Amino acid sequence: MSDPIAWLTIFVLSVAVGIEVIAKVSSTLHTPLMSGANAIHGVILLGAVIVTGTTESTLALVVGLVAIVLAAINMAGGFVVTDRMLQMFGRRRPAKDAASQRGSTR
Amino acid sequence: MTPTWAQLVYLACAVGFILALKGLAGPRTARAGNLVGAGAAVVAVAVPFFYLDLDHVALILGAIAVGTLVGVLGARRVQMTQMPQMVALFNGVGGGAAALVALLELTHMGAATPGFDLAATGFTLAVGAVSFAGSAITFAKLQELMTSRPVVFPGLPVLFGLAAVAAVVLAVLVVRDPSVPLGVALAAVGLLLGVLLVLPVGGADVPIVISLLNAFTGLTVAAGGYVLGNVVLLVAGTLVGASGTFLTLLMARAMGRSVTSILFGALRGGSTLGAGVASDRPVRSAGPEDVAIALGYAERVIVVPGYGLAVAQAQHTLREIVDLLTERGVRVDYAIHPVAGRMPGHMNVLLAEAQVPYEQLVEMDDINSEFRHTDVALVVGANDVVNPAARTTPSAPIYGMPILDVDQARQVVFLKRSMRPGFAGIDNELLFDPRTTLLFGDAKESLAKLLAALKGL
Repeated sequence: MSDPIAWLTIFVLSVAVGIEVIAKVSSTLHTPLMSGANAIHGVILLGAVIVTGTTESTLALVVGLVAIVLAAINMAGGFVVTDRMLQMFGRRRPAKDAASQRGSTR
Repeated sequence: MTPTWAQLVYLACAVGFILALKGLAGPRTARAGNLVGAGAAVVAVAVPFFYLDLDHVALILGAIAVGTLVGVLGARRVQMTQMPQMVALFNGVGGGAAALVALLELTHMGAATPGFDLAATGFTLAVGAVSFAGSAITFAKLQELMTSRPVVFPGLPVLFGLAAVAAVVLAVLVVRDPSVPLGVALAAVGLLLGVLLVLPVGGADVPIVISLLNAFTGLTVAAGGYVLGNVVLLVAGTLVGASGTFLTLLMARAMGRSVTSILFGALRGGSTLGAGVASDRPVRSAGPEDVAIALGYAERVIVVPGYGLAVAQAQHTLREIVDLLTERGVRVDYAIHPVAGRMPGHMNVLLAEAQVPYEQLVEMDDINSEFRHTDVALVVGANDVVNPAARTTPSAPIYGMPILDVDQARQVVFLKRSMRPGFAGIDNELLFDPRTTLLFGDAKESLAKLLAALKGL
């Protein structure tokens, strides 16, 4: 590793940014936010790809492929499930839709 | 080393993740934020294929395809009510992946490897395993594969302490001698720690633990990024670790708890749960017609929706009832407790699915003063969030949690399946109050009967 201090700097600044960006989130969005953050750490897939692609032994290859499958599940599933939740919030057709539904149930 | 163009693309992806989190924190930008995050992730994963001379490319791509397929299918099939356990599951596999990556890194390491790198690898191994095992237990609790009540046995604190010490010792050994068997042992202790950490956590607190484990996984990814010298892993992992920790504190505050009392409350004893069996004290129950009359001739009604409503898929029927009441001139609102459902904000997701108009959803702080002027509070499938024990009984596991002041309404109607206690496993005194009426049955059937009775008024 080139320069631990440079990495420490990036780490500390990222902590600050991480806290700052969600400082005022309403409890309504806690669940999607948690799920979205969850999907983002699925980027460990990148690390899994790199270590698997540079490995020699068969056992290590198998372990690496398992890691890739798990990380891909985390990443793809996380983003899709978050989008599904947020879709619910997007469907904002209040009064008009309520009226038409009422009509159809009579 | 990594070519400049690749480093710049990684930097752009890191910025993408920051924008994604920023977007997710606001309702209007949330969906776009999530898409930005997904885009950044796809680009980041594609980059190493272009600058590294990777072996086994076909197998790697195959594994990515399999994982993506499984993830997408799972995410699309899952019911909205099961969202919390799905998030737990995704977090767990992420933690598992991080631990496995660390294990593979260990095979490349030797005595010449800097101690920092080895320490970071040991951290990822242990904490990734904690996250994996802990998430598996939270999944089992939420899916009701096991009891959602705190599981405590006499030697648990001692065992937890021993495992924690063993983890530290093994981590030090790994730093001195980076061998794979030691790494495997460290991961195994991590798994044990994860199980022991989550077993004593009670039902209603499980979501907060998911958030905490989510932050843990973020930190393991950051540590992995440090070892691999990959800035996008470092930034993304740190962002999730920091925002996840902060989110955990926010959620705990919304429930009036501290994170330590959630994690270790059951260990200290005292706050263990009540009997968890149905009480045989007398209650007042009524038929749908009686409830319909109470509602139809009220001026002000507040509906308190809970997880039971969502499980019964009765949101649409409930909305029809509310529409009908509104037509009759009754003023109706929904009171939304911040942790109604299984996770903070979960109930908003469930009601949005039923296209309940946003204007009728009122947050707890805004509606609590209204209960005093309310003729009927209609509680559908909720229990813990209206339980006055949170105010009055210091020994109750939910003590201190802000609740909806349903007990101040002139009349309270509970729609319940049975007298079984709620998720937190404690009795609700309100059920035995003389002003309370119970309508027993599945929420969907009860609401359908109620709707029919209302139409007949």
